[in-house]
Amino acid sequence: MTTSPALDARALRADFPIFERPSHGKPLAFLDSAASSQKPRQMLDAMRDFYETSYANVHRGVYELAERATEGLETAREKVRALVNAPSAREVIFVRNATEGINLVAYAWGLRNLGPGDLVVVTELEHHSNFVPWQFIANRTGAGFALIPLDHQGELRLDALDGIAATGRVKVVATGVVSNSLGTVNPVERLAVWAHEQGAIMVADAAQAAPHRKVDVQALGCDFLAISAHKMCGPSGVGALWGRAELLESMDPFLVGGHMIRSVKADETTWGELPHKFEAGTAPMAEAVGFGAAIDYLDEIGFDAIERWEHELAAYALDQLAELPWVSSYGPPASRRAGIVSFNVEGVHPHDVAQVLDFEGVAIRAGHHCCQPLMKKLGVAATNRASFYLYTVPEEIDRLVAGLHVARKAFA
Amino acid sequence: MSEFEQLYREVILDHYKSPRNHGLLDPRDAYAEGQNPLCGDEISVTVRFGEGDVIEEVGFEGRGCAISQAATSMLSDLVKGRSAQDVALMPKDELLGEIGIPLTPVRLKCALLGLGVLKVALHKAKGTPLPEEWGTSAADITLN
Repeated sequence: MTTSPALDARALRADFPIFERPSHGKPLAFLDSAASSQKPRQMLDAMRDFYETSYANVHRGVYELAERATEGLETAREKVRALVNAPSAREVIFVRNATEGINLVAYAWGLRNLGPGDLVVVTELEHHSNFVPWQFIANRTGAGFALIPLDHQGELRLDALDGIAATGRVKVVATGVVSNSLGTVNPVERLAVWAHEQGAIMVADAAQAAPHRKVDVQALGCDFLAISAHKMCGPSGVGALWGRAELLESMDPFLVGGHMIRSVKADETTWGELPHKFEAGTAPMAEAVGFGAAIDYLDEIGFDAIERWEHELAAYALDQLAELPWVSSYGPPASRRAGIVSFNVEGVHPHDVAQVLDFEGVAIRAGHHCCQPLMKKLGVAATNRASFYLYTVPEEIDRLVAGLHVARKAFA
Repeated sequence: MSEFEQLYREVILDHYKSPRNHGLLDPRDAYAEGQNPLCGDEISVTVRFGEGDVIEEVGFEGRGCAISQAATSMLSDLVKGRSAQDVALMPKDELLGEIGIPLTPVRLKCALLGLGVLKVALHKAKGTPLPEEWGTSAADITLN
């Protein structure tokens, strides 16, 4: 693997127009990138350029503009293919976001392949995006639903797998690659091997991983993988699902309507080829182009450089928080997590912490982070979460810590 | 006055740190509990009636942000001695006026959780009307 030079977060910030606007009269310290990232000018320009020079509906038009629009969409598809190292761009389906991608698999694969006696296995760490669709489809099909438990550091207990397999025919194993709450990096490769031993499909939710590290579907050994553009410098409203061609071909469509057909007659409709079979209606064209530009932007910086930088930031933040005896932080050691830190301030509700920090121009998230089963496991109603990205600088973590002192003084 | 002082007025911090009417009543004539699923605020409210449907005692417990807990504490003082019917029809602005701070839509939910739970408790005990804004979202309130 080539190693990129260390990234210069201070220089990269100049690419992000949002940082030109103060928050509460102070420079914005945006520590909520795990929820959604900020947008670089390069991506915004690519979308504007597409609308201004290449915009028409894709695929069917024979005029030049339609061809240019189609080329924009398909070039973006190829960029997503390269990003996740998929064997073929036919296997890359544009969706609204990772949640929709997972719903696609849950409905289009699950409804046909799950039934009583089968077991769907997700994790206790899971974002609701990769939890609720599976729970819902398991209930609808009569399949069982089981959770891989966590240990006290917030890492998956693989020693529980055999016990789970004893309770039913495991047909689906679904996990996040990186936890959005704790930053835990999950052993997807090992889970994929186990899933295939059981005769199950392996579904990876990479929404939280793809912005920060190289995600390689062939190395992970998964069967489906879902990502969202908005968490990785791309626009909202577009994401991608990768799936193995033979599985996608065996599946019914998820959404049906325009564009996804081969022929439509009064008594029968046949489906188009991959990926079109799963892309009903007009595609999010400009969004896909923006997604492609975001991938170019991240590639230029280098995913290994981004990962190293986040790693440094997480270690720095955890060290700073460890010095405060009235702060509890959750999750694995910095060496095994992405740039996400969840914590609580003794005696101060996360909402109040986040509110005080907001007055200081520091944006963090407070709540259950769409992980209510995990919050229950941790024995808390909510946590504070600070998350970092390529434009985060250590001074922002210092401002976070200073704000925690203010909150502590005011409430506790 | 700083933004912090505008939101977390001294009286809010005082009610948060020393809540009035804290603790559930036993025996009690009415009870309800509720959660704000967005932020995990929790409130349980108990009521004891005097003559007719006059609220004699209120006791609450909960955990959550300063706004939710302080607002419920202020509410508990506000409703004592009033009839269940009167409180059931109490406009939320009366409580918000008492709280007297600018609230964003998210924090408004924190501030009004206790009032919603109290109205549910009165509804269960006395059949008083549920407020309109709880008509569709009453599912957010766990009934017990």
